[in-house]
Amino acid sequence: MSVPNLSIPPESAVGPAPPVALPAARRVRRGVALRGLLHTPSAVVGLAITAFWMLCAIFWPLFAPYSPDAQDFNALLAKPSLAHLFGTDQLGRDVLSRVLAGSREVLTLAPAATLLGLLGGTLVGLLTAYYGGWFDEIVMRVMDAIMAFPFIILGLLILAVMGPSTLNVILVIGFGYVPLTGRVVRAAALGVRDLDYISAARLRGASGLSIMLTEILPNITGPVIVEGTVRVGYAVFAVATLSFLGLGVPPPSPNWGAMINDTHIYIQVSPWIVLAPTLAIATLVVAINLVADGLRQAVRA
Amino acid sequence: MARFLARRLGLIALTLWLMSIAVFVITEVLPGNVAQTILGHSATPEAVAALQHQLGLDAPPPVLYVRWITGFVSGNWGDSPSLQTPISSLIPGRLFNSLVLAVAALIVIMPLSIAFGVLAALRQDRFVDRIISITGLSLMAVPEFVSGIILLSIFGIWLHWLPTSSVAAGGDPLTSPQYLVLPVLALGIVFFGYVARMMRASTIAVLGSAYTRTAMLKGLPLRLVLRRHVLRNALVPTITVVMSSIGYLVGGLVVVENLFSYPGIGGLLLTAGLSHDVPLLEDCVMIIAVIYMASNLAADLLYAYLNPQIRYSQA
Amino acid sequence: MSSRSGALQEPPARQSTDPVLAVEGLTITYRGPQGRQSAVRDVSFALHPREAYGLVGESGCGKSTIALAIMRYLPANGRVAAGTICFDGRDLLGMPASELQRLRGNRIAMVYQDPGAALNPSMTVGDQVAEVFEAHKGCSRAQARAAAVQMFEHVRMPGAADVARRFPHQLSGGMQQRAIIAMALATNPSLLILDEPTTGLDATVEAAVLDLIVALRGEFNAAILLISHNMAVVSRLCERVGVLYAGEMVEQGATSELFASPRHPYTAGLLACVPRPGTRKDADPLIPIAGRMPRLGEEFAGCSFAPRCPLVREACRQEKPPLIAIEGERLARCFYWPEVAALHEAHLTRDRRPIATATNNRDDGTILSVQHAERHFGRPSHLIRAVNDVSFDTPRGHIFGLVGESGSGKSTIARCVAGLLGLTGGTITLDGRDISRPVEQRERADIKRVQMVFQSPEATLNPRQTVRQMLCRTVKALTDRRGTALRERVEELARLVHLDAGLLDSYPSGLSGGQRQRVAIARAFAGDPDVVLCDEPVSNLDVSVQATILNLLADLQQRKSVSYVFISHDLAVVRYLADQVGVMYLGELVEVGPVERIFAPPFHPYTETLFAAMPTLNAALPTVRAAGSMPSAAAIPPGCPFHTRCPRVLGEECATQRPPWQQTDGGHMYRCWIPPDRLATLQQGTWSAEPRKEA
Repeated sequence: MSVPNLSIPPESAVGPAPPVALPAARRVRRGVALRGLLHTPSAVVGLAITAFWMLCAIFWPLFAPYSPDAQDFNALLAKPSLAHLFGTDQLGRDVLSRVLAGSREVLTLAPAATLLGLLGGTLVGLLTAYYGGWFDEIVMRVMDAIMAFPFIILGLLILAVMGPSTLNVILVIGFGYVPLTGRVVRAAALGVRDLDYISAARLRGASGLSIMLTEILPNITGPVIVEGTVRVGYAVFAVATLSFLGLGVPPPSPNWGAMINDTHIYIQVSPWIVLAPTLAIATLVVAINLVADGLRQAVRA
Repeated sequence: MARFLARRLGLIALTLWLMSIAVFVITEVLPGNVAQTILGHSATPEAVAALQHQLGLDAPPPVLYVRWITGFVSGNWGDSPSLQTPISSLIPGRLFNSLVLAVAALIVIMPLSIAFGVLAALRQDRFVDRIISITGLSLMAVPEFVSGIILLSIFGIWLHWLPTSSVAAGGDPLTSPQYLVLPVLALGIVFFGYVARMMRASTIAVLGSAYTRTAMLKGLPLRLVLRRHVLRNALVPTITVVMSSIGYLVGGLVVVENLFSYPGIGGLLLTAGLSHDVPLLEDCVMIIAVIYMASNLAADLLYAYLNPQIRYSQA
Repeated sequence: MSSRSGALQEPPARQSTDPVLAVEGLTITYRGPQGRQSAVRDVSFALHPREAYGLVGESGCGKSTIALAIMRYLPANGRVAAGTICFDGRDLLGMPASELQRLRGNRIAMVYQDPGAALNPSMTVGDQVAEVFEAHKGCSRAQARAAAVQMFEHVRMPGAADVARRFPHQLSGGMQQRAIIAMALATNPSLLILDEPTTGLDATVEAAVLDLIVALRGEFNAAILLISHNMAVVSRLCERVGVLYAGEMVEQGATSELFASPRHPYTAGLLACVPRPGTRKDADPLIPIAGRMPRLGEEFAGCSFAPRCPLVREACRQEKPPLIAIEGERLARCFYWPEVAALHEAHLTRDRRPIATATNNRDDGTILSVQHAERHFGRPSHLIRAVNDVSFDTPRGHIFGLVGESGSGKSTIARCVAGLLGLTGGTITLDGRDISRPVEQRERADIKRVQMVFQSPEATLNPRQTVRQMLCRTVKALTDRRGTALRERVEELARLVHLDAGLLDSYPSGLSGGQRQRVAIARAFAGDPDVVLCDEPVSNLDVSVQATILNLLADLQQRKSVSYVFISHDLAVVRYLADQVGVMYLGELVEVGPVERIFAPPFHPYTETLFAAMPTLNAALPTVRAAGSMPSAAAIPPGCPFHTRCPRVLGEECATQRPPWQQTDGGHMYRCWIPPDRLATLQQGTWSAEPRKEA
């Protein structure tokens, strides 16, 4: 009989489970989370690819055969060849070099925006979870209103107004992530807020700030880290999409989304100049999400 | 249940109102303004100021807000300065096209992703599950234009199965469905990944629940247990989460319409944004917001109907 | 249509003495990070037709695992490594899936611990019972539904037809469990497995469900396997019992004999660490079982109980004792079983060592005074009146026991006294000072004087702080000690609660439940409090550990002359520990007085039902039951809140006017319309005047 795969602990007794509870099939103890990550093949692949792109972002001048702005008027829209592994674009620039160079921008913007979003979200989440009441209601309504905007619409709106620039993109994405991260942090903090050790901290007269920082925050790092990693993946997604729509950092710096925006009309003629940055985005985003997923499983155990 | 719905309705109204304020505040910070857009960049500041006064645009912001929002609600949408046409003639057609795309994506993707999610849950941790999980995760992560281009390359360019632009010469998407295939797929792929993973998680949770155990230990046939006890309870949270994340679809619309040159409201929005066309921008965003909130309300209604704990309040 | 007529599947013809269930040498293992570990080892027992057999043990002993193995529903990482399970002569372990499906729910049925979770939230309870009829009796939908309603009537479900159309969340815990029982008995199975069926239910509800099971035994044919950690429940229901320890059967026999004269040191230990009627903290410290429960997979060369056994010899550690047959069906896994009788006697008649009693501190004044306390939640349209007009005084150095079921408001009033919640009315006075405010608004000097010990050892300590860090923080916040004095104080606190100093640098995950509660107690005593609120501090602990903590609490109370407000749903513990007792129902104090007066008639009718619901070993209790279930605090009945369920309700006045306080002697009073003399006469007819003798 194919009994559905279960992991209900069979000891549903009244007393506490013995310190080493009856294990589920794949349980990893706390503190061994990273090692557990390395046991998941998909996460390892993700880590490897992410590491590759991070190295690219830092060291691309060493790898790129040409300068990303160098134009070769004799080779416009050239097909892939030994000289240009991925061909050249409509201005004669080597596609490979541009793709490698573009990694730096994406991998500076996305983590910066995520960090901003995480900080803001953690602040909002902790405060609303701890104080509750009408403060929580009001802030959550405002957050909901911001979140209610489909993110691209919000980004579009703000960047159209403020004008595209590196700082603005970071601000927009970061600001847009505050409600999302805030929700996650708030939910995690709510799960902890009613536990007895928080009450015990109140009973020794600890201030709200002290409780939030020393009692609640250390106990929600798991979900926050997972959320942060997921957000980085989505930040890459957002940076690329905004660039594709023409709202990202303005040229001439090489930028995957903008590259696609400029060249997708040539897709019939020279598919590789479009596919190269496309695949770059795809691999980076998927890799980050694989790592995040691996982290989520490791943290949950 | 009535109280629940009334509360949700009130919240939605409040959110829409807050959104309208946000939209207005953001757009009014615009350095470029409507008068400038009409007259062009070469206009002198005096001419711009004169036109602004003539259009009544130098009134204080709260007045402008009230004027705009009452106009919006009553259907007087004014003209688009950059396109020089009434906004109310621009939006409905485009909106319809976008809705066709979105609804098609939903109809095609939802059943597939639910089925795959359940399959993955039933074969948890085995090969099939790993494939589905990772595929779902990957699809979820990839921006729509990226998958759009990949699909275009494979099906349009390499295999020549599908046309590479999205509309036939006539311009009405419904008459030639093959033009819809690629945009619908590109739009739906992200959704597929998301729904499949949600459904998988939800089904796994239900499979491990005490009431599934009860059903199995009652000696019910497995198929019956899956249908009546597992699926019924796993679907409800998934469906409602899915419906309220239709916002992803809306964002994806902007991108997909741009990529495939599809005449939808997303494209209109982008144009308005890039050309600083404030009235068009504001109205487009608000319309999208209203549609989005309506879908949220529908999701809430569905949830209230399906969840007995809300439908029948505590006795 | 009767559920018992028609197409009943007849079991194969067999003699009436053949066992319904025969378990032989059952060994179950789990695959963990350290490989395969055995949860159940070589367990054998048999059930005869219509017999009730109990499996008793503390958490982690493997009893629920056995039940799941019988149903062939172990989790993916569990496996039956050895042994056989035969049902009606048929081998269950090797049975093909289709046959197994025909047996489950039909000839073997199960009742679960948490009935709310065990019911499908999106189906009506009637339909869930009807499913059984459809699947196993081939009924049509309509027939099955009618049969389901009939089953609900069998299980005494009030308003059966109406209830059948409701969803699980609309039913109370007791009604949900009745629905599960109806589902289980629908096909008149030969074997009914009850896995902790009343754990988690309130005492009065538990009593009603047990009444039902006893009554149903006469009407249905099932043999019963009852799994419980509660020996009193087992003794009420079962003819034979098996005691499990660390996955092994250590003793088996007829229930009354086994609990009266155990033949294994573990059983004797279990019996000794539960407070018995007539014993008091002053005179009879509880005798805990030394040591700790073995962890999963811990293997022993000799007897698994040897590290904790008072009778241990060298031979015990080297050779594993087999189950030795003593007179008839009695089995015991101990080489020295003849000595256990003497051990048990010694427990019962141990020297009464007087600890300095609370009487020495009497009349030292009131330390805590709660006057007309009120705590309401929610909007005026939907007001939850959790605490209404509660007043009591606690003298210095006394233990005030607060009892009541869930929803009575006892936890709420405790939290108000501690300052975790504010009061919406009334006052709380500590040593003359008004502390009716939440803790954030109290003076520092007052904060350290009122502390609290919480219920769940899992949630009471911050998982990210070591014990030392946590105690340091507390001492620093509540006192002026710093530096060396701080360190010394922390070590002093650890000694106070008998916590090994080596554990000070451990994280909570490295401590057992009992050790965590000790740390929580040390934390509460960090600032030398005057009042410690104890909110069910031992309810989530194993019985053997409870005794240690209760002893510790009693000891500390004496040494430090601290007053406790001790909240518990367990009357036996309260009777053992408390000096005064208050009984709460639906937010009100219905009775208050010295402990010896509370536990003898006259007592409030609600208190009476609580006593009658208290399952005890070797004693038959009068059947005095409260009707129905407790209303919610949002809809408190007018007049006397208990009148809707009271077995002694008078009539008009109970339903419309709040009853007055009736005084008896010694500071005992209760809220009722029946005056003390009449009540005493009525109740003495039902109860004996003496405290119950124990066999």
